[in-house]
Amino acid sequence: MSKLPPDLKYTSSHEWVRSLPDGTVEIGITDHAQSALGDLVFVDVPEAGRAVKAGEACVVVESVKAASDVYSPLSGEITAGNPVLASEPEAVNKDAYGAWLIRLKPAAGALEQAQLLSAADYQKVLDAEGG
Amino acid sequence: MAFIPHTEADVTAMLAAIGANSIEDLFDEIPAALRVGSLQAVPEALNEMQIGRLMSERAQADGLHLNFIGAGAYEHHIPSAVWAITTRGEFYSAYTPYQAEASQGTLQVIYEFQSMITRLTGMQAANASMYDGASALAEAALMAVRANRKSGSSTILVPTTVHPHYRRVAVAATANQGLKFLEVPYSPERGVVLPETLRGHEGQDITALVIQQPNFFGNLEDVDALTHWARQRNILVIAVVNPISLGLLKPPGEWGGTGVDIAVGEGQPLGVPLSAGGPYFGFMTTRMEHIRQMPGRIVGRTLDLNGREGFTLTLQAREQHIRRAKATSNICTNQGLLVTAATIYLSIMGPQGLARTAAASHQRTRELVGALTRVPGVRQAFSGPLFHEAALLLDRPVAPVLEALRLRGIHGGVDLAPWYPGLGNALLVCATETRTSADIERYRLALDEVMQHNARAA
Repeated sequence: MSKLPPDLKYTSSHEWVRSLPDGTVEIGITDHAQSALGDLVFVDVPEAGRAVKAGEACVVVESVKAASDVYSPLSGEITAGNPVLASEPEAVNKDAYGAWLIRLKPAAGALEQAQLLSAADYQKVLDAEGG
Repeated sequence: MAFIPHTEADVTAMLAAIGANSIEDLFDEIPAALRVGSLQAVPEALNEMQIGRLMSERAQADGLHLNFIGAGAYEHHIPSAVWAITTRGEFYSAYTPYQAEASQGTLQVIYEFQSMITRLTGMQAANASMYDGASALAEAALMAVRANRKSGSSTILVPTTVHPHYRRVAVAATANQGLKFLEVPYSPERGVVLPETLRGHEGQDITALVIQQPNFFGNLEDVDALTHWARQRNILVIAVVNPISLGLLKPPGEWGGTGVDIAVGEGQPLGVPLSAGGPYFGFMTTRMEHIRQMPGRIVGRTLDLNGREGFTLTLQAREQHIRRAKATSNICTNQGLLVTAATIYLSIMGPQGLARTAAASHQRTRELVGALTRVPGVRQAFSGPLFHEAALLLDRPVAPVLEALRLRGIHGGVDLAPWYPGLGNALLVCATETRTSADIERYRLALDEVMQHNARAA
């Protein structure tokens, strides 16, 4: 099993959230998610400026066998989609925790309201799914 | 594998296995009020001899009129080889194969079709076909809304020079998806959209602009200026094109220098008979940057494990069997048989044959316009270049004139009054390469006679 970076927060739908010093967050999919999807061939990232609600589908990741939605763990405004992914979707397979999908400015209080998991709790989700 | 229907014994055994008494029992959850019951309007079965006779009588009722109707479906010569090959057993299926990769020949035909349509339109990618030209426009509008991320308005500019049926289908097919269609008027003198007409939309959030070339009146739009205007403003351009005209005209992939975003059209002119309105097929092409937003099936060429060339369905993650409710479209098949005919037609005609057909059709239409406007009370509605259709203005209502022509064995064109009441007594006429000078002279004489006769009667 891959190591879960302890400084990130997670969701049970296999997204991760990294808080940045400027108050925005980066959102990606976990190593477990990329492994389950297989080789990514396309990542459809949204335009900056779009407002999203927690739980709303905001990115589509397409692999050779499926296309899946990525749900925003937080409400807020998208400040950037990762420009690298347009030409290198495989970056997510190579480094799931480095290849962020979107940056988001959380709405007031959104970070506190979001029900994010610690690395240890997300590990329990994975164990339960695997079991 | 032969298809052998279930025997009565099979049916009885299967019903017994699930504990049902009859096939009817399987449907008992459908309320009786919603069920059709016995189909009383369906007549008794006929044998082959009887049905053959009935069908020839019905066919004779159509008559053998000399046809000058266009308006979206065109009578072109179809080389005999087209349908002789298309109806071979190996090709004779209307469908995309479900066990797709087991049907390499079918996939190759679709791949060749996509390649030809891509070359013809000057675009980068084509799908395996759509139902018809009108539904292809509706799908193109939905695709443009998905593809244009910079626009949030789902607003499509549609000139009234776009085929009225296409406009109605686009509105109806997208009615529940929040699309807005704004009409753009045309110049009453020229019968085309003047680029300056679009200025009123500058500064608005517009998703896409539709341009039909040649337009519904047969006139040639200033496609370069219109495309340039839209693309400078992050407005996607949807071209609706006649495939025969592309034998001569600039392909949409080159309009305005940059080309359009989506090009669609009706494929019927490519080897498909008029056949009382269908079945026809639509085609759809785009740029690579939008390919994941394109609906429909796409066949790709690839290599198998042993390095041998083969054909496969590709980019299927857009499609409903994978993406379910979020698929780009519910289109999951294509008009396979008609696409096969079109592919054979295009391969027999070649670029030169297509150019000759287009040039001959244009020439015949000019001859027709020249002949008919010599009849007193008939003039051309618009000035400017046209392809193989023209709008004429009569000095009296068109419908009775067309009826009188019909009694003389001529389908004289389409009365535009129901769609364009502001245009006056307008008649849309068409001549393809299948019309001879004698045909045109016959129409002129008949029209002259009808107009004189009606004048006396009035």
